[in-house]
Amino acid sequence: MALSVDSALYRWQRPGAPSPSQTLSESTPLLVPVRDKPKLHLKKWRIVFPNKRGDGTDWKGASMLYSGNRIRTTKYTWVTFLPQNLFEQFQRLGNLYFFFLVVLNWFPQLEIFHREMIVLPLVVVLLASMVKDAIEDYRKYQLDKMINFSKTRIYDREEHAYIEKCWKDVQVGDFVQLQCNETIPADILLLHSSDQNGICHLETANLDGETNLKQRQVVMGFSRQNELFEPELFQNTIVCEMPNNDLNKFKGYMKKPNQERIGFNIESLLLRGCTVRNTEAAVGIVIYAGHETKAMLNNHGSRYKRSKIERQLNRDIFFCVGLLFVMCLVGAVGHGIWAGNFFEHPPYDIPDENGNFLSPVLAGAYMFLTMIILLQVLIPISLYVSIELVKLGQVFLIHNDIDLYDEEADLPIQCRALNIAEDLGQIQYIFSDKTGTLTENKMVFRRCTVDGIEFSHQENARRLDTHKELDLDDEDFANLQRFTLPPMDIEKSATSKQRSMRPLRRCQSARAHFQRHTRTRSLGRCDSNQSQVAFSSPIEKDVTPDSILLRRVREAALQTENLSPFIHMKTSTSLTDFFLALAICNTVLVSTATEPRQRVTVPPPIKPSGITLEKIHQIFQRLKLASLSQSFSSSQSSSDLGISFSAKNAPEYRAALECCDNDRDCGASGGGDELQGKDSTDIGSASLDEVFKSMTDSSLPTDFCYEAESPDEAALVYAAQAYSFTLVSRTPEQVTVRLPQGTLLTFDILYTLGFDSVRKRMSVVVRHPLTKEIVVYTKGADSVIMDLLEDSAKVDTSAERRMKRIKEKTQKHLDFYARDGLRTLCIAKKVLNEDDFQKWANFRQEAEAAIDNREELLMETAQHLETKLTLLGATGIEDRLQDGVPDTIAALREAGIQIWVLTGDKQETAVNIAYSCKLLKQRDIVFTINTENKETCESLLNLTLEEVRKNSEAEKPQRKIWGVIPTSFSASEAPSSEFGLVIDGRTLNVIFQAGLEETFLELTKRCRSVLCCCSTPLQKSMVVKLVRRQLKVMTLSIGDGANDVSMIQAADVGIGISGQEGMQAVMASDFAISRFKHLKKLLLVHGHWCYARLAKMVIYFFYKNVSYVSLLFWYQFFCGFSGSTMIDYWQMIFFNLFFTSVPPLLFGVLDRDVSAETLLGLPELYKDGQNSEIYKLSTFIITMLDAFYQSLICFFFPYLTYKDSDIDVFSFGSPINTISLLTILLHQALVMKTWTLFHLVAMVGSVVFYFVFSLIYNAACVVCNPPTNPYWVLEKQLSDPTFYFLCLITPITALLPRFFIFALQGTFGATLILKAQQVDKLPRGQQDLQIQKLRSRTQSPSSASVPSPVSNDDLKQRISHLCVSPFLHPVPAAVSHGDTASRGLSASEVNHLRKLTPEEGYYFFNRWAEEESVAADSSAEPSSGHYPLVPRRVKTPGQDDDKQTKDRAHNFNHGSHRRSVSAVTL
Amino acid sequence: MKNKTSFPPQEGETHPSRCPDNSAFEQQKLPAWKPHLTLATVLSTFFLTGAFCLSVGVCLILSANSVREIQIDYSEKCSDCSKLRENTSNWNKECHCFVNFTLKEDILGDVFMYYGLKNFYQNHRRYVVSRSDAQLLGRNVNIQKSSCAPFTTYQNGTPMAPCGAIANSMFNETARPPYWQKPVYLLDEEDEKNNGYVNDDFIIWMRVSAFATFRNLYRRVSRVRQFADGLPAGNYTFHISYNFPVSKFKGRKHVILSTVVWSGGSNPFLGIAYVVSGTVAALTGFVITAIHLKLRKKKTYFQKE
Repeated sequence: MALSVDSALYRWQRPGAPSPSQTLSESTPLLVPVRDKPKLHLKKWRIVFPNKRGDGTDWKGASMLYSGNRIRTTKYTWVTFLPQNLFEQFQRLGNLYFFFLVVLNWFPQLEIFHREMIVLPLVVVLLASMVKDAIEDYRKYQLDKMINFSKTRIYDREEHAYIEKCWKDVQVGDFVQLQCNETIPADILLLHSSDQNGICHLETANLDGETNLKQRQVVMGFSRQNELFEPELFQNTIVCEMPNNDLNKFKGYMKKPNQERIGFNIESLLLRGCTVRNTEAAVGIVIYAGHETKAMLNNHGSRYKRSKIERQLNRDIFFCVGLLFVMCLVGAVGHGIWAGNFFEHPPYDIPDENGNFLSPVLAGAYMFLTMIILLQVLIPISLYVSIELVKLGQVFLIHNDIDLYDEEADLPIQCRALNIAEDLGQIQYIFSDKTGTLTENKMVFRRCTVDGIEFSHQENARRLDTHKELDLDDEDFANLQRFTLPPMDIEKSATSKQRSMRPLRRCQSARAHFQRHTRTRSLGRCDSNQSQVAFSSPIEKDVTPDSILLRRVREAALQTENLSPFIHMKTSTSLTDFFLALAICNTVLVSTATEPRQRVTVPPPIKPSGITLEKIHQIFQRLKLASLSQSFSSSQSSSDLGISFSAKNAPEYRAALECCDNDRDCGASGGGDELQGKDSTDIGSASLDEVFKSMTDSSLPTDFCYEAESPDEAALVYAAQAYSFTLVSRTPEQVTVRLPQGTLLTFDILYTLGFDSVRKRMSVVVRHPLTKEIVVYTKGADSVIMDLLEDSAKVDTSAERRMKRIKEKTQKHLDFYARDGLRTLCIAKKVLNEDDFQKWANFRQEAEAAIDNREELLMETAQHLETKLTLLGATGIEDRLQDGVPDTIAALREAGIQIWVLTGDKQETAVNIAYSCKLLKQRDIVFTINTENKETCESLLNLTLEEVRKNSEAEKPQRKIWGVIPTSFSASEAPSSEFGLVIDGRTLNVIFQAGLEETFLELTKRCRSVLCCCSTPLQKSMVVKLVRRQLKVMTLSIGDGANDVSMIQAADVGIGISGQEGMQAVMASDFAISRFKHLKKLLLVHGHWCYARLAKMVIYFFYKNVSYVSLLFWYQFFCGFSGSTMIDYWQMIFFNLFFTSVPPLLFGVLDRDVSAETLLGLPELYKDGQNSEIYKLSTFIITMLDAFYQSLICFFFPYLTYKDSDIDVFSFGSPINTISLLTILLHQALVMKTWTLFHLVAMVGSVVFYFVFSLIYNAACVVCNPPTNPYWVLEKQLSDPTFYFLCLITPITALLPRFFIFALQGTFGATLILKAQQVDKLPRGQQDLQIQKLRSRTQSPSSASVPSPVSNDDLKQRISHLCVSPFLHPVPAAVSHGDTASRGLSASEVNHLRKLTPEEGYYFFNRWAEEESVAADSSAEPSSGHYPLVPRRVKTPGQDDDKQTKDRAHNFNHGSHRRSVSAVTL
Repeated sequence: MKNKTSFPPQEGETHPSRCPDNSAFEQQKLPAWKPHLTLATVLSTFFLTGAFCLSVGVCLILSANSVREIQIDYSEKCSDCSKLRENTSNWNKECHCFVNFTLKEDILGDVFMYYGLKNFYQNHRRYVVSRSDAQLLGRNVNIQKSSCAPFTTYQNGTPMAPCGAIANSMFNETARPPYWQKPVYLLDEEDEKNNGYVNDDFIIWMRVSAFATFRNLYRRVSRVRQFADGLPAGNYTFHISYNFPVSKFKGRKHVILSTVVWSGGSNPFLGIAYVVSGTVAALTGFVITAIHLKLRKKKTYFQKE
């Protein structure tokens, strides 16, 4: 296809031919003058001619070469359906087997059933699949049709207007006019936009799920804006790359008739499937259409994975094949011997048609084949069909689980892979991403440091804490709001109530829909959208400012606004600059609530803040608040207290504090009278906040909405807004910020250097409106920014010394932010003088104009500019843990799953998150390996391994003393729960390169949890593959971002989180959930159920087939191995097809061995699936033996009963058939744990159907199945008492052993499952109690000392006690002695803790002081216990001090070892 | 499930929310009966089953024992005839043999007379299908195409009626397999109505029996005169016109006189099966009780600790 296009393209190879007279005609394709051939690789480039419908043959010909916009996603067409479908179906082994049997049966020598009849099962299976495929395809067809017949507006040259056409009629080269909220029909090069800047906004949610708007630019240098675009006049030819699936890359150029070239890139391409937003109209030319669009090229079908059960099943199928072979061999040999026994042919040995007899050997050989046909059911082909059906049912139920539905996003779980649901029940390793998976990926501004002074934002922290509860209860939230807000603001409380409800609505509207092109609907959508945009939920928007900082900011701002450039109080400018940078240095778009998604490009007319009215208002409020905020002020004071504490402990801080005090004084004297009044009335700072807040609010004309490309950016803008630096508007040229006092500052944006992952920073170059300075604001990762700061090596002036100190302090703060799990960003600035800037600007322009190496040049220029920066400050943004993460992790771990976290984040951040989500426990010994050296790495691994081994061996006898070893507990599957391993990307690289994988795995096997930090997507997938392949375990990967895709694909089960970071992870996943906590139910309940159901069903199917087929086999011993059947063939087929098929299917879909509540309460139950307890070889063999036993009973009871009697063949067969039906169904009944109405109906229905069918068949069918004739057989049997006696005793005897075993299981070694089932029977109240009991019994002694039922509150307390993150939990709760003792802490630790308790709130500062002293004295005490990271880290700076490190590591390990043991023995 | 188009299906339009139904079925919370094996249910099951089976078994055995049956193997006694028949050339020679037997006590009630064949594999696959039911139903069929081959036509080309191996090997001491010596309408020379395809013996023969050793009903003792109550004790003689050779496939022939009861024939197996199963069930019940008692003691000890 591609080839033909290319060769055909040859004819159209002369883009922009100078004279139109030379247009080629179809009749002379070969007359193309070769010398005119332009230098274009036709295989590399696509040439698009504008549509000259009507006159241009050029276009007509060229566009024919490219695929039209009609899409066809169906697999088949009407014509190809039958052959193609059959061909595909016969590629399945099972169908081939069936086919083989049919062919065999065709030979008269072997014919055992009717030729037509044996085709029946095959036909049924094929038909069923065919119907399924046809329906699936038809759905696709309908959807295609709907899309193909969507309308869009295409320019028509004859009518000289845009006329409405179907999508399918759009062709390459057409001009398409798009309106706001329309979906883009093809990949279109943007030529015109109604926007004055030539920008068109896109929502790509349909494509990648990202809900923020993307900008697309009209091809630069092409259009004159504000001029109507005339397609008629468009003469350019477009040359661009061939269709490909890279969504982020596209390049090409436009050739004007005068040979001038205009380049363009992805920034000008509107992608099919996206929606135009915020732009009234846009016009473009179609570049790629239909299947060649990037969106379509990116569409891959769902993956086919084979689940573990299916793999095991294949093994057992082979067993069955073996069994079949043996049976057939017995038949063949038996027949040979039997036939050889006669001297003369007896009358019952029939010659063939010619009267010849077969020799015994040949007869035996034929018999072998005959037996294959006879016993074909032994290979349970129906099993495959049944499994498919059951899985469909299971997936349906998972999909509909309301617990896995996320209300906020209005998303149920998506099951993208239909055939691995049961794998969810067998997971042994989970690999999780951190950001967005464990955390919410909702960036909340938490802290900042400006000029080396830390502002802890206690109020903000408190707000976040309360917010958590708010999430739980809307009503409480409303009450709280009413309480904290002045009664005057009752309206506002109403809005905040709305806000709390809003997430629901927001997500509903923000999620990816297919948009129909009725504009009304889309507009309605916009309305419902309200002010909410991409990433901002209230929690991110409302930042409570730090009172001290706020006051100081206002003072500083006042000075700036008063335009007093001579006042250069460093702090104030830094503060202003800092917040200005936060507000400006981004690519955030502003829209207002009243005009949703309309960018604010012109600053709204805001009058300068009214002075008198508002101030009166404020004072009034303040008075009211005075009483209300009493409760607040008590806790509020803690922050002040905190400062004073820190001042005492850290001498260095005194200076800062003094400065702060000075400031306060300054503020009091120099600031507004109102502020002074505040201080003098001595009202708590909370009320102050409120005053400020309400003031800002009241002066706001509209609610601004920020649409940011990354949530971090939005968080920073909201933070700036909290300090009244409000980003009011942004255009490509200008950005307007309103300062606290209401002044609007409009900066000219000279350049924006966007963020990229290499530079890890972004910058804006602006001209300050007041000082007219050219300022570069840069924000980026601390590691990068810190290196780019102005070199302060030569400390000359005091200013520079000061800079250095600020840098050091900031670095320290940054470190602590990181440890606290905050994401850090540094803000810096640089003032350029005019000349330098001009010089640089020239460079930049050159780079932008360049066609080759453009990217690199741009990068270079950017790097050139971002040097010698002045540090302004840093921010700490919290990425909150998702709800229920610690609980989920604890439960999954209890379920025996090893959890690894693979993240690209910094080590400190990752470790802290690991602690806070209970992945690491305080008493765990954490080994950290960071090295780039191979030898060091090897020795460290070995050393650690040795240490771990020693520990686990030391532990073993202990375990025995403790005695309670749960039955299901085996040492190999339960790694010692005492170790954690932290490893970074570089070390991983070393491990992979140096072939240390085995040691690494050996080590990780013994570690409770493993953390891989700073790892690249590739490393993530390599780790997953390594574990999966080497340890042969079932792995699950869960992640939310594009960087997790490879990891998700590498694992057995990939789970995508449909969160903030787009849909790539979801697209690659097998299941997509919206919250991490859903994993708990998904695995523990659905996984368990699906596994148990399917495993039991598979086993049952094997049993069923074997026990039924054996009946035929036994009969061969009594009919001279001649291949006779005593059951009519129809009844045989129906037996499998109808009589016994429904109950197992229902069982496979609906059975609940243990209730969901108990499964969640007892995660231990999951181990059943993990160890493949239900479906393993031993179970299989036992089942096979049971099947043989049962079939023996079912055959020989009737045989012995009717022996020597005048019974005929079918009269003998019908009780056998009946008996085995009853036995098989009763067996199912025994296995079944749940009886719903469905089950009952299916069971009874099956039996009734059997009798009804057989009676009718036996009565009505005289010669319908010649030559065999079961006429009136069952009727006669039913009138014979022997039949009933037989049907009674046989199933009883057949099922007796199985029942006995079941009974014994209950009495003897009661498994956990059985106990859980008993628990289920108890009334509600007792259930929990019993579950607790079971849990404490089954837990290993080491973890038994830890309180296992962890509610969230309990957990939070524990964490705060153990001082992982004083940031998170600044308010301590008293620790009662008993409480702590029960947690199994050693007495010394308790004391230590208690000693610390009073100061805990300010522990942060305490620790700084401690830290400094420790830094001086390098021999840190390893057992400080509260700070697990420092003493336990094994760092290796280099190889030279390797030995020393080893020794140190050894010591450390010993230290921690002792500690942990003491904790255990307590 | 997901279609391959670039757009997600427009679920959102038809359902305002994608929230799954909160129905009991979809949430897997259907009211269900969860049978659980407790000691009481297990033990009562075993003991009740045991008791039931034992009682039924005893009844069955008693009733089976009440059946009177006498079986006479005449393969030996008629060995002369048998040898004669082994040679096909003697097909038209008649051979008669006499089998004497003595009834020591009366056989009361209806007495049925069966002929028994041993080692005659009527259930052989190709034998079973060698028939044409359509022909037997009197329909005009092309037996060449039926499964009767090779017993479809005589050498002179006339179609066989009835065709097929079953019919042509009919046990009839007056007919000679493999070909019909006399036409099917002369099967019963005494009763005109009992001829052709509706001949009793023929019908019974055509019901191919399930095993190689079987019996087929031949006659019933008509209860007249001295036989009104059944067969009185005394000496009897079977007069057999030996036609059906069985020696070449090691077959044997019997004559069986038997009565029947409600529970079938003389086969005591069913009764024994019930008794044995009942016993086993009861014993199992005891075993479980024992195990339970032992374990419970242990358990309390365990729990105390």
